[in-house]
Amino acid sequence: MSLHRLTLSELQQEFSEAKVSAVEIAQAFSKRLALVEPKVKAFISPAKKETLLAEAKAIDLKLRGWRRTSPLMAMPIAIKDNICTEGVKTTCGSRMLETFVPPYDATVVSRFRSQDYFLIGKTNLDEFAMGSSTENSAFGPTRNPWNQAHIPGGSSGGSAAAVAADLCVAALGSDTGGSIRQPAACCGVVGLKPTYGRVSRYGLVAFASSLDQIGTLTKDVRDAAMLLKVIAGHDPQDSTSADVVVPDYSKSLKTSMRGMKVGVPKEFFTDGMDPEVEQAVRAAIEQMKDLKAEIKEISLPMTKYAVAVYYVIATAEASSNLARYDGVRYGVRAAKEKGLLEMYTKTRQEGFGAEVKRRIMLGTYALSAGYYEAYYGKAQAVRTLIKRDFDEAFKEVDIIVTPTMPTPAFQLGEKVQDPLQMYLSDIFTISVNLAGVPAIAVPCGLSAARLPIGVQIIGRAFEEEKVLRAAYAYEQATEWHKKRPGLSW
Amino acid sequence: MPYEVVIGLEVHAQLLTASKLFCGCSTAFGAAANTQTCPVCLGMPGVLPVINGKAVEFAIRTGLALNCTVAPMNRFARKNYFYPDLPKGYQISQYELPICEHGWLEIGHNGTPKRVRIRRAHLEEDAGKNLHQGIAGASHVDLNRAGTPLLEIVTEPDMRTPDEAIAYLKMLRDILVYLEVCDGNMEEGSLRCEPNLSLRPVGSPTLGTKVELKNINSFKYAKAAMEYEIKRQTKVLDEGGTLVQETRLWNPEKKETAPMRSKEEAHDYRYFPDPDLVPLHISKEWIEQIRGTLRELLDARKNRLKEQFGLSDYSVDVLASDKKFLEYFEKCAAEDKSGLSKIEVGKELANCITIEFRGLARKMNSRAGFEQSNTPLPLRHPDSSEYGEIWQGTLIPAKNLMELVAMKLRGEISGPIYKAVLEEMFFSRGKTASEIIEAKGLTQVSDEGSLEKFIDEVIAKNPQQVEQYRGGKEAVYGFFVGQVMKASGGKANPAKVNELLKRKLTQ
Repeated sequence: MSLHRLTLSELQQEFSEAKVSAVEIAQAFSKRLALVEPKVKAFISPAKKETLLAEAKAIDLKLRGWRRTSPLMAMPIAIKDNICTEGVKTTCGSRMLETFVPPYDATVVSRFRSQDYFLIGKTNLDEFAMGSSTENSAFGPTRNPWNQAHIPGGSSGGSAAAVAADLCVAALGSDTGGSIRQPAACCGVVGLKPTYGRVSRYGLVAFASSLDQIGTLTKDVRDAAMLLKVIAGHDPQDSTSADVVVPDYSKSLKTSMRGMKVGVPKEFFTDGMDPEVEQAVRAAIEQMKDLKAEIKEISLPMTKYAVAVYYVIATAEASSNLARYDGVRYGVRAAKEKGLLEMYTKTRQEGFGAEVKRRIMLGTYALSAGYYEAYYGKAQAVRTLIKRDFDEAFKEVDIIVTPTMPTPAFQLGEKVQDPLQMYLSDIFTISVNLAGVPAIAVPCGLSAARLPIGVQIIGRAFEEEKVLRAAYAYEQATEWHKKRPGLSW
Repeated sequence: MPYEVVIGLEVHAQLLTASKLFCGCSTAFGAAANTQTCPVCLGMPGVLPVINGKAVEFAIRTGLALNCTVAPMNRFARKNYFYPDLPKGYQISQYELPICEHGWLEIGHNGTPKRVRIRRAHLEEDAGKNLHQGIAGASHVDLNRAGTPLLEIVTEPDMRTPDEAIAYLKMLRDILVYLEVCDGNMEEGSLRCEPNLSLRPVGSPTLGTKVELKNINSFKYAKAAMEYEIKRQTKVLDEGGTLVQETRLWNPEKKETAPMRSKEEAHDYRYFPDPDLVPLHISKEWIEQIRGTLRELLDARKNRLKEQFGLSDYSVDVLASDKKFLEYFEKCAAEDKSGLSKIEVGKELANCITIEFRGLARKMNSRAGFEQSNTPLPLRHPDSSEYGEIWQGTLIPAKNLMELVAMKLRGEISGPIYKAVLEEMFFSRGKTASEIIEAKGLTQVSDEGSLEKFIDEVIAKNPQQVEQYRGGKEAVYGFFVGQVMKASGGKANPAKVNELLKRKLTQ
């Protein structure tokens, strides 16, 4: 049996029924890492074999008397390297934090740790989660397991690739404008961005605080439901986390969509969109109709401003959030600096990559005296209108279905020189973050070049259950989630 | 040309919460550098602020006492700038929606009441401290203070003289101390004041160019800085010059103000709402609950003291300068079982606390080793730090002090013995007056036999004065009393001495 092929729920069952030991899991995944990781480069810090084995032995020993397992016990989970892990380097894909070892766990990580999970590694990402291809990592790009010449998407490209390449059983990512869903679509896995406030952001290194949300990358929808249950819920350390009851998401999974009203926003199917993507998503909508869903065309007129609004708000918040990387207390500090100002400028010049600097400058400008109202103020006003679009739409439908990404994964280097084209990779996902609602990306096809395509399902705030139910029903009616990259290595 | 002075004040009051504004770290003063820090107040990656409810309560309490409107919805904003003592690269403050607005305070300067309007009071976190001592060529940062809660209280430009500004400042300080929201200590920086001062031709409706004054850590400096600034600005204007809007630092050595380097103030703070904190919603119920628990305010309390105990303005002002101090007075007065009038007891007690204690504090400061003892929170006199630990005296149990004062009032002990016993009580802590009197052999001599012996000696030694007295020069009488007291080592019962002395002298 190839343990690495199993889903989280399958591996969990094997383990709880003592069909495999923690040590066997650790060995299997260590072997997989050694074999496949050099080609994918999903990780910035992969776990060391010895560490995993030591942890595994401790778990097996603990279970010897009474096999009482917790859901994530001995489950090899990858964590995006902008989520803090106590004692384990957390770089955010940046030179600035190349040596940073947090003395604390993110809230989501401490929940995993309390269940004795395996941290299989910290995954690669665009620097400070700013990007759509993982090419902005200071530590080199991650490759798409389906085709090494292509990007895995971003910014959670490492997490998506790690799941797709069976390097872990599931992964955590973060999504500010599509950074979970877009790479999930690129790599043919399931990516869930929960409602803003559903999951604690404590320990997630901030990019844009009002948009950032931690979510899951998994092999199927059931696994997403299971992981969400663990990470969701109020956290006293995050004032923006919501005190809303966490349901048992797995119970919401049904194979029918009877009674569900599905909205299809006309603005998301425009002339000139990639025909393969359009065809795959239209087919997915047809499939939902077969599953007894009621399909309805809707309009989200303001979403055409989403990318513009996003690049004002996200960069403004980022310009402030990244001010703490000043070389004073931790991270890198430029050598041989003379005086305070030079220390600041050199540290930030050397520590940050081009895209991060570009966004800090954009955001600083948007908040400057004399420009604030025209940029930040206006963007916030339009954000409210975008949110209202969703509120209006959700009066008529339960979920909204759209493409996740305009095209299948493009080639490495293809858009590096054109930031605006790169920004447009998130055109379908960004409005969801601005509205703060939950959405999931589920595989819905393969292009002629054998690159995955994903469909996005969006729900009302705190109605992840409906999103998961629709995603599960669709997934179970198709074979797309069972497709694996033809790993020729 | 005659000018009118226009002054507004910005006051930063450090709130007396046990923990910081956005994390659980202690706010205690004086700990070793960077020991009262955590990932949150160090500004580490990924951490988030959580508002301290107590600080909000203190802000509301102060706002209510300053007649402010408490905003049902207020919000935190980020003030962005780079400085090594600012860990996040921004300070969390309040900008367009402060917690308190539109208040006023009535100052009774020179007997005429005057209303100073309060524009706003908002919550913000303090920064750390840069240290420039230690390794040559390097600076260090202590972040113990980073994140300590401050309430910034801003007035309208309603004051017209430095004295008015000082009157406002003192009154504000008294109120903050009374409300138990701030210790009011200017030297340690828990109360910081930044006057904004401008001049305009008398009668002009528009405001002149204002100058903000910083680096002021006492009432004295506040006054001196403002007076200096008036002179300087007058000179510039009289000579036909123009003033620049700027921040100037008070230099206490040179006794003058000098402009801050313009680099340091050329900030665009890029304020925007802090997305890590949800807007603060304050319910009417909470406001009313806080209003209900508001301590009796200063004026009411001062007036009550004057009425009940007939105290002088001086005594009331000194007593009212510190809440602990006033409470001590009231506690002592409550122990009074002497049967004497409240006014008599009050005056003596107030004298003891406001005058005698001060003398003893001076003595105490010169006593070696005393400061190492476990002194409690030192209380301070508002005008000076000279009597740094003057209120050490409040360690005398109220009951014991009242016993001593009553003894004096009833004439059971003489003035010198009263002072000697008080000193002993002040330093010994806990011993009662009777214990000290007994142990030191200070028991009053009242038996007629012994007293007559002293009197006879004095009369025998001073025949000339006896002659004078008997010849009608009654002023000499006090001399005999003094001599008898001296002969008895201060132990003679003055009342008995009087009685016997008069009898003997007229014999």
